[in-house]
Amino acid sequence: MSSKLTRSNRAGWLFALPGFSLLFLFIIVPFFFAFWLSLTNQRLVSPNPTEFIGLKNYRDLLSVSIITLEPERTEAGEVVRDKDGEIEYPRVRTITRSDEFPQYRGMQEWFRWQSGDTAKVVIAADVVFMKALVNTLTFALFIVPIQGGGALLLALLINQKLRGINAYRTIYFMPVVISIVVISLLWRFIYSGNEGLLNNILSALTFGAFTPVDWLGNTETALGSIIAMSAWQAMGFHMVIWLAGLQSISPTLYEAASIEGASKWQTFRYVTWPGLRNTAVLVLIVITMQSFAVFAQVDVMTNGGPLDSTQTLVFQTVERGYGKQDISGGATISVILFLMVLMISAVQAFLTRERK
Amino acid sequence: MTLTKTTLGALAASTLLAGGAAAQTDLSLWYHGAGNEVESNILNGIIADFNAAQSDWSVSVESFPQQSYNDSVVASALAGNLPCILDVDGPVMPNWAWAGYLQPLPISEDAIEGHLESTIGRWDGEIYGVGLWDAAVALYTRDSTLEALGLRRPTLEEPWTKDEFMAALDAAKATGDYDYPLDLGTAWTGEWYPYAYSPFLQSFGGDIVDRSTYDTAEGALNGDAAIAFGEWWQSLFAEGYAPGTSQDPADRDTGFIEGKYAFSWNGNWAAATTLEGVDDVIFLPAPDFGNGPIIGAGSWQFGVSSACEHPEGAAAFVEHALQDKYLAAFSDGIGLIPGTKDAAQMTEKYAEGGPLAVFFDLSAEQSLVRPVSPGYVVAAKVFEKALSDIANGADVADTLDAAVDEIDDDIETNQGYGH
Amino acid sequence: MALVTSDNHGLRLAARYATLSLVALIFLFPLVFMVVSSLKPDQQLLADTSSIRAFLPVGDISLDNYVKAFERAPIGRFMANSVFVTVTTVLMSILLCSLAAFSFVFLDWTGRGALLSVIVATLIIPFETIAVPLLLLVSKLPWIGLEGLETGWLNTYRVQIIPWIADALTIFLFVQFFKDLPRELIEAARVEGASWLTIYRRIVMPLSGPVVATAAILKSLTMYNNQYLWPLIVVQDEAHRPVMVGLGYFFQLQIAWGEVMAYLTLISVPVIAFYLVLQRAFISSIASTGVKG
Repeated sequence: MSSKLTRSNRAGWLFALPGFSLLFLFIIVPFFFAFWLSLTNQRLVSPNPTEFIGLKNYRDLLSVSIITLEPERTEAGEVVRDKDGEIEYPRVRTITRSDEFPQYRGMQEWFRWQSGDTAKVVIAADVVFMKALVNTLTFALFIVPIQGGGALLLALLINQKLRGINAYRTIYFMPVVISIVVISLLWRFIYSGNEGLLNNILSALTFGAFTPVDWLGNTETALGSIIAMSAWQAMGFHMVIWLAGLQSISPTLYEAASIEGASKWQTFRYVTWPGLRNTAVLVLIVITMQSFAVFAQVDVMTNGGPLDSTQTLVFQTVERGYGKQDISGGATISVILFLMVLMISAVQAFLTRERK
Repeated sequence: MTLTKTTLGALAASTLLAGGAAAQTDLSLWYHGAGNEVESNILNGIIADFNAAQSDWSVSVESFPQQSYNDSVVASALAGNLPCILDVDGPVMPNWAWAGYLQPLPISEDAIEGHLESTIGRWDGEIYGVGLWDAAVALYTRDSTLEALGLRRPTLEEPWTKDEFMAALDAAKATGDYDYPLDLGTAWTGEWYPYAYSPFLQSFGGDIVDRSTYDTAEGALNGDAAIAFGEWWQSLFAEGYAPGTSQDPADRDTGFIEGKYAFSWNGNWAAATTLEGVDDVIFLPAPDFGNGPIIGAGSWQFGVSSACEHPEGAAAFVEHALQDKYLAAFSDGIGLIPGTKDAAQMTEKYAEGGPLAVFFDLSAEQSLVRPVSPGYVVAAKVFEKALSDIANGADVADTLDAAVDEIDDDIETNQGYGH
Repeated sequence: MALVTSDNHGLRLAARYATLSLVALIFLFPLVFMVVSSLKPDQQLLADTSSIRAFLPVGDISLDNYVKAFERAPIGRFMANSVFVTVTTVLMSILLCSLAAFSFVFLDWTGRGALLSVIVATLIIPFETIAVPLLLLVSKLPWIGLEGLETGWLNTYRVQIIPWIADALTIFLFVQFFKDLPRELIEAARVEGASWLTIYRRIVMPLSGPVVATAAILKSLTMYNNQYLWPLIVVQDEAHRPVMVGLGYFFQLQIAWGEVMAYLTLISVPVIAFYLVLQRAFISSIASTGVKG
């Protein structure tokens, strides 16, 4: 790499500077400003002066505790059970809203488990944030393979020499052309609970055996529905990236493979895939980044509901920063998101590094 | 046609004036009606008339799509780029006044004499905005539905009680003719939730915040009355009385007309379309859940931004716009409730005996403005989420507690919002 | 023998087309729904959504929605604004991002690795999180225009263009593509005394057809389809509004779905046309990339 021929500080900086200065001014500088905001109590709309409050915003989001609930007992000391035989516990609000436990004030139950007769309850200062965090990770975890893999299949499918293949390529790309806001609106019709298109199709395919599902109104299916739609929508986007990669593989390599009588799979495994290395890294990183930024779908389709099952971090950033005028709280979430994704990409970069 | 003429006349007049010694001072106005042709035409007519009628001021309008209007204004305020006259939604007004986006509107009490109280935006002892109209919500149903179900027709004096209301829903449900007995409009997110549903809570005896102090929601939003409301609210969805938060927006728009719902909780702006589709539609007052029948109030108003150097010019424009003929024009054009009784008499639908006259009475008799506080904007969001969560089966008390905590935190962070 | 093979071939061909078409259906249906719906009156449009009729131009078909849509909003203006902003941004973006990527891949200079990492890291920052700081920034930025020095970029085209020119994705796209180009070509040119600019213009860019087309397509999509929040907060006058902000005109209390669909169909036309044009660049570039290897 460090050949004398390519060494040039002046030319290097000169070429990179115009693009980098714009990025610096319009993304990096505002981001540092957002970071500073996260250390203050700045409001979006307020006549009050801004105060520096250190890490309070971070504590308000990230604090988690575990409390132990003893079962309700009768005077004889017997554990009280409800009619299903489940042990009854005092309500969490008797602790979180009690003056005896100021340290838990305002915290809420996130989840619980039972150990013996007692229940361990994880309470968090900001349960909605925690749920958004988990949902965002789930979203990313599923969409990366589905979308990336699907897009590669599409690219392979479309990368053949057939009459009319251009028309197909255009069609596969169509959903990308339409804004995600609009796509989300259209899919609200498709996912609709009673007479939605999807329910009708499934019921027709199963001759009526399928019971209609309220796809977006059900905590079990809402996030999955959004994942499926999102993967579908942007698949064409990544197909185009894969295609650019496929087309940069020299035809002579394929000729050589065919002369040696390689099977289709062998050709893919030993010619195509190695030739797609750089593209794969690109697609992986881009999908990961995009998936952490998921917002419009949630905003249009579910508003984070039902019961926070589709809350995401960027949705929360916007909801707080703009909706609830808590711009510093919103900025705090974005800083946490940034650090988190930075770590994930570091891991990805390590896993996909070029082995020399 | 007449409109174009007036505009041309105004143009000619202003050109003449500009040629003379006394040039008109330009006043910019922002309005939320972009894309609503009828509304824009009426407003342009008022502006043209105003510009032609006097020689001091010349108003020019910039319209924004309603759904993003508030964001545009907040962004412009941050960037120091506000116009002179600002259109502001009633419940948001205290927030903008408190934040210094607005200055008091120097309008005489005479000019607002006889206007519905809910069209006057007061904050901190001053008038900050005046509206040309109000909106109201009613329980839509069909005359034939009431008859078929054998239900008493409720009146303003004697609205349905909670039991009567639930019995009506049960009767409709028992027929099996409807997808759901009741359409609450849960498909409409945003301000619709607090506007349309907090009156139920208030009728139960609770509220979004404690209006005696405005410094906490404790007790108001999580007291016994609020919990009773929450349990009732949850049962509407759990027991299949109403479609939940994933209601199809199209069903909200046309479901009642198509006969999917027996009753629909909807605003007067939908009345004109419904009248076209349903011959015997009737508009019933809100049920009384124990603390009186209540509906929301407060709609768009005109105010003066703090950046405006000529508040007296803005006030002159607002006074001009408050004439009954304009109030009536808006009402005829977009179906809103005119701000005065005289104007109501000039309209087709709100005049006595008109098909929508009942809304004027609803507005005058039942309406309660949303909490008048800068903190309302945030509290409304919290309330929306709480109701949506409860509708989806969240524990009522815990959800309301959490909402109270969030509202109280916000009030504290904002140092009491100036109350 | 020959007959059988040709039969086989025909069958396989048919199977290929069947697969392609089936997949096409999956990707096409919202578009069909959109276009077909734009021809129907609202009542029918909504009633049809629950059946196969949603995809068929049946019933009361007309162009009324288009007529009404044009009455509701200055659609021509919005589209012209969006096309202008998009085309300008895409052209500048391709130029500046490919230059930067060129420097990162082929040149060796101090700070290169660090700078590239910083750039890639900016990929992570969702725009929503920097919108407000950026708004405050651009409202104070100076500009030298025809009327001399002015302050503030609000209500202009430049505020919709300049902040979006450089983006990490485009740089990254070029970087990954350039890595696959043969370095020997560049080094040979260096030996012969070619300047870096000549190498960029005469050797690297002519080989970069596919990536230029890809970058242009992807960038134009973000610019045309996703420009909502930003113009909403920096552009107040109607004359500068882009198409996505214009969409708001159609979401009144009672949504006129037919007009929404008509508007969407109209605004999709430029992007699809753009894609079709670039698709040719895509294909013709295959030959040139064949040079390498």
